[in-house]
Amino acid sequence: MIILSIYVGIFVASFFIIGKLTQAARGSDYTSLKTVTFGDESAVRPNRWAGIISILTIFLLWAMFTGSSLIPGFLHAPGPFKGEASFTYTVSANGQTDDATVTAIVHEREENPELPEIDPGDGIAKNDIIKVAQWRNQLVQFDRNDEVKKSDGAMIIAIDGQKVQPGDRVEVKGGSVTISDKGTPNFEPTRGWQMEPLYLPSPEAVAERTWKVASEGFRGTSLLGHLGWSLFRVVAGFICGAIVGIPLGYAMGLSDWFRGWFDPIVEFMRPVPPLALIPLVIIWAGIGETGKIILLFLAALWIMAIAARSGVSGVSISKVHAAYSLGASKWQIMRYVIIPNSLPEIFTGARVAMGVCWGTVVAAELVAAEKGAGMMIMVASKFQNTDIVLLGIILIGIIGFGIDMLMRAAERTLVPWKGKG
Amino acid sequence: MTGLKIDQLSMRFDLPDGGSVQALKDVSLDLKAGELLSVLGPSGCGKTTLLNIVAGFLAPTGGVMTLNGHKITGPDAERGMVFQQGALFEWMSVRENVGFGPSMKGMPKNDKREVVNHLLDVVGLQDFKEKAVYELSGGMQQRVALARCLANDPDVILMDEPLGALDALTREKMQSLVLKLWKETGKTIILITHSVEEALLLGERLIVMAPRPGRIHKEYRLPFAELGVNADLREVKKHPDFNVKREEILNMIWDMEEEIMGTVEASA
Repeated sequence: MIILSIYVGIFVASFFIIGKLTQAARGSDYTSLKTVTFGDESAVRPNRWAGIISILTIFLLWAMFTGSSLIPGFLHAPGPFKGEASFTYTVSANGQTDDATVTAIVHEREENPELPEIDPGDGIAKNDIIKVAQWRNQLVQFDRNDEVKKSDGAMIIAIDGQKVQPGDRVEVKGGSVTISDKGTPNFEPTRGWQMEPLYLPSPEAVAERTWKVASEGFRGTSLLGHLGWSLFRVVAGFICGAIVGIPLGYAMGLSDWFRGWFDPIVEFMRPVPPLALIPLVIIWAGIGETGKIILLFLAALWIMAIAARSGVSGVSISKVHAAYSLGASKWQIMRYVIIPNSLPEIFTGARVAMGVCWGTVVAAELVAAEKGAGMMIMVASKFQNTDIVLLGIILIGIIGFGIDMLMRAAERTLVPWKGKG
Repeated sequence: MTGLKIDQLSMRFDLPDGGSVQALKDVSLDLKAGELLSVLGPSGCGKTTLLNIVAGFLAPTGGVMTLNGHKITGPDAERGMVFQQGALFEWMSVRENVGFGPSMKGMPKNDKREVVNHLLDVVGLQDFKEKAVYELSGGMQQRVALARCLANDPDVILMDEPLGALDALTREKMQSLVLKLWKETGKTIILITHSVEEALLLGERLIVMAPRPGRIHKEYRLPFAELGVNADLREVKKHPDFNVKREEILNMIWDMEEEIMGTVEASA
């Protein structure tokens, strides 16, 4: 809730501040009067400032709630309690009552502090000292050093002077105490609002780990090696899919026999998510490279076939007629009209196919692989290396984005007539 | 034996529901080489069908067509076509579009360059030859389409409402260009149009077609095309006969449209 309200707050505040600043710099123009932009996609362009602030905000929130050292301390969300906490308990046994103090040393998970000696105090209950790691809790065996044991009928009746029953919870300095069903107090230090590094490591921890994995590798393969293997599988599978899919699509677009023959197969396979094929492919081809490339081939094949088919069918009849009346032969029409006319569609299909292949390869590596980005995050998660998991996800995202950018750039240079027909 | 001869041409389309439509019935036409024929008629009278048959895109269900003595059996470079929307190849530059026909024939590069350059001069697009066709305005695109058609040196040019999508001013300029090209090249031209004025201005001969079944309703021989060559078309329109003919043909087409739609009184 707090995270969401901070996020919305930054969104709204930056909207007004940047709006004011850019307007002051630009003055008003007619574009600002253009309020109706429905159906005109080009009328709304992404605001570059909004994009920059959006990314910074995500990192800021990440840093705030992990207590990152990259941002000044006053921006941190309240952290978990650390240091010495204490509470008193009141024991009643055989008609006698006595108070004693429990001192709890709350330490970071990686530390293991020595417990100091404490004065046991007097009475039937003696003072105790325990240690507990942040985000953990600890049962206090209060009667261990007491004169009256639980088995003798000793019972806690109050914590910090508050009357308690088993199951009750009392807030004390530095945390809270819950009385268990058996009457033992369970001390839990205050967690604060920050995320435990086990669940969400701070940005610098991820960066450090990135550097470490990049220089040392992970599981016998370098970081670039893992990503390279994933990319290699995608490219190999995609190329195989395109080599078979494009001619198949052309044949389906040009011949009714091919169309009739392959339509049921293509239309049936198209909605089957490639992920659903992973088990079958593993059974047939094992978990090696062959299986992965077959899977990606299947992922790309249908997309490319359908793209090529619609590219061929999409050629306007007047262009074909024009070519005929200019004396072109069937073969020349194929070469000079139908193929160039279908290229934009094929490029669109290739972009979609590359995206699907990238998603599929990561998923396939999650299931079984010796190398690859997906394998990296899967293995890391088993060892609770959340920082490697995050690093893997970020890199997978960047590469997926990069693939799409490359495909778009290729589209712009190779088929500049796209959408201009 | 030169010229286009159309004899008893019929075309019937079978509909998916089992019925059929008689798009053309017994259309006969004799066009001498170098004649400019404009074709007018209400929608659905088979104008475009006629053109597609002459171009060879459709096989007629009856009748024979001959061009310069040989039978027309399919599309061929001897009959060029200009479409309403350019039908240009947007993956090619202006120069490549114009040179498409010669390339298909395998004309040597130098000859082709000469032909293309000459035609780009004729249509006034020399400065745009390396541009992509989608960068040009509608009028320029139609000029590319004209040049592309002429580059093949066809005997007959078929124009399917080539100026229909242009604005009034561009259209007038293009009409002059068509007349100029007709006179200079001496091609036989069949031009389909929706505009009575355009049909009168450009048609040395004019046929009005009637629908259901598509047939030739009336034929005219007109002086305006000759007058309009290298002249101001607005002056031609002031010719005393021009308005008379225009009213006559407009009324004729109007009556046909009413026959199709039902008269205003009947529907009221």
